[in-house]
Amino acid sequence: MASQEMEELVQREYTQGFVTDIESDTVPPGLDENTIAFISNKKGEPEWMLEWRLEAYRQWLTMTTPSWAHLDYPPIDYQAISYYSAPKKQEDKPQSLDEVDPKLLETYEKLGIPLHERAALAGVAVDAVFDSVSVTTTFKEKLAEAGVIFCSISEAIREYPELVRQYLGSVVPQGDNYFAALNSAVFTDGSFVYVPEGVECPMELSTYFRINAANTGQFERTLIVCDKRAQVSYLEGCTAPQRDENQLHAAVVELVALEDANIKYSTVQNWYPGDEDGKGGIYNFVTKRGDCRGDRSKISWTQVETGSAITWKYPSCMLRGKDSVGEFYSVAVTNGRQQADTGTKMIHIGEGTRSTIISKGIAAGRSDQAYRGLVKVGPRAKNARNFTQCDSLLIGDRCGAHTFPYQEIGNSSATVEHEATTSKIGEDQLFYCQSRGISEEDAVNMIVNGFCKDVFQELPMEFAVEAEALLNVTLEGAVG
Amino acid sequence: MLEVKDLHVTVEGSEILKGLNLTVNPGEVHALMGPNGAGKSTLSAVIAGKDGYEVTSGEVLFEGKNLLEMEIEERALAGILLGFQYPVEIPGVKNIYLLKAALNAQRVARGEEEIPAPEFMKLVREQLSFMKMDGSFLQRAVNEGFSGGEKKRNEILQMLVLQPKLAMLDEIDSGLDIDAMKVVAEGINSLRNADRAILMVTHYERLLEHIVPDRVHVLVDGRIVKSGDKNLANELEARGYEWVLEESAA
Repeated sequence: MASQEMEELVQREYTQGFVTDIESDTVPPGLDENTIAFISNKKGEPEWMLEWRLEAYRQWLTMTTPSWAHLDYPPIDYQAISYYSAPKKQEDKPQSLDEVDPKLLETYEKLGIPLHERAALAGVAVDAVFDSVSVTTTFKEKLAEAGVIFCSISEAIREYPELVRQYLGSVVPQGDNYFAALNSAVFTDGSFVYVPEGVECPMELSTYFRINAANTGQFERTLIVCDKRAQVSYLEGCTAPQRDENQLHAAVVELVALEDANIKYSTVQNWYPGDEDGKGGIYNFVTKRGDCRGDRSKISWTQVETGSAITWKYPSCMLRGKDSVGEFYSVAVTNGRQQADTGTKMIHIGEGTRSTIISKGIAAGRSDQAYRGLVKVGPRAKNARNFTQCDSLLIGDRCGAHTFPYQEIGNSSATVEHEATTSKIGEDQLFYCQSRGISEEDAVNMIVNGFCKDVFQELPMEFAVEAEALLNVTLEGAVG
Repeated sequence: MLEVKDLHVTVEGSEILKGLNLTVNPGEVHALMGPNGAGKSTLSAVIAGKDGYEVTSGEVLFEGKNLLEMEIEERALAGILLGFQYPVEIPGVKNIYLLKAALNAQRVARGEEEIPAPEFMKLVREQLSFMKMDGSFLQRAVNEGFSGGEKKRNEILQMLVLQPKLAMLDEIDSGLDIDAMKVVAEGINSLRNADRAILMVTHYERLLEHIVPDRVHVLVDGRIVKSGDKNLANELEARGYEWVLEESAA
């Protein structure tokens, strides 16, 4: 197969691009303390929250954009971004799906998220975020029975201020990094989960994020707290409409696991990656961090990243508790002109802490991706163990994959293993499969899915099926 | 079954096949021999549909259909299977998965249901033991870390499962020790029947002691210059290719 055809094979149009016409209640572009006060006021927040935001803003002003990532993009004009946008009927928020704007429901339908059906059939509670305000929350009652709190972060700030105040920023402090500081100042919505002591959350929690107002950066803030011996599995998936303006997304996700708690956080990310020249895609600068605060606690990140023009994302684990466990399973697919710098940090602080990193990168077209991982073993982390495996698969000869593993080992009893491979879907492999009667498209899917299976098997069942389908769609494109 | 008529093929600007003619009928086993660089592997690659080979003139018919207009997988689904000299490794894809995908592609193309899992396992296990292969082969990635002999056995295993009408074997004997050669030859012999044709490309007469061909062709400089029965192979083994060249030049 000529490299021209190989190219066509991996090209595809974004099929979920469309814009729903809902009048937004949007502030003019620009960021200063007044904007932040406006957001805080709109949200009906208490005074301490506004102060917290302003502290973050003042820190952000002193910071500069990180430049160490293997990414190339023009400087972002933060004064050109509008920091608040909400569907107009925010004051009288719908109490049930019947009251939801039909256009909005239509949007979900197009995305393949028939909310009512899906939620009921799959037994999944859905806290859907449209632009910046939560529209509907289902299964609240069932969760309430179990004592699980699952609501928007704004609601949590009003209804459970003590919990929020105790944990917000305790994993990712306001001044942690440039994008986290910006998020802390201006975040508008996101999810809050609290699973009380000894409770196993009765269903998988799912949130669909979606960006829809032109020129509006979206700043999600998610906080998940699992008390002692509690368990939760949280699914996050998102997609966005096609548009020309670059959209900034700077989310912060904080996870806190107390003694013997177990948090599983799974993501399927499919934001608009931009057109063939990379124009118009989402900038995805995310800070995700989990804190294994209690002994024997466990946090597991699983992600399938196929979207965004630029991804900057390192879901990490702070392994403080004795014998706590951190895991990171990742599949990142880049195509066209996408760029991704992603990976993880495993910070071993407590004794007997263990971590596993499995990263699978697939680069096609003219895309470029980097795995960046830090394994740090502190002086008190006796017998800490890490296993890292990062594999890259290249499709075509104009893409790139890079691996930047960092290790800082401060305790000689630690065991740290690192394995890395780079391979290429060769014309020979495709010819071999085709000469057995398997179509080119199926052959690519077979090879890619085989490459990713270690990660897919970590995803919750329904997500694994979606992820596989998403990968196939992502890479099939112009075949046939 | 297979008719190659006055086939001219160019690779990267130089002509490799220069007017090749060959007819293979059902039930026949043909051996294509010849010195290095004569174009033996080119012929099987062109029949299978590999990229990078430009057919400048001539035609290739399979059961009366113009093969050169068909996609690679269409040729496979029509019943042509190429056993590779150097089977490629496909990390992450289990052998059993490839086998099943290939078999189901055939069945779907014939308008049949996909094979039920138990039936498939039974079929594969039978052929596996015939090829003296361990069950663990199925769970290993396609050809990954296989020894030379294991790779060749795996090619024959695929043939036994997929049951092609025309089996082409490109230097299937290279890199095999005597024991592996016997197993591979037994596998190939078991494929022989009245409806199937086999085309073997080989350097050496050695393989032909185990698989007795109906026809032997000598390919030199892009043309078949001499054809005969199995005795021709013995003669080549004893006298080399020079005399054939001289004879054809005369």
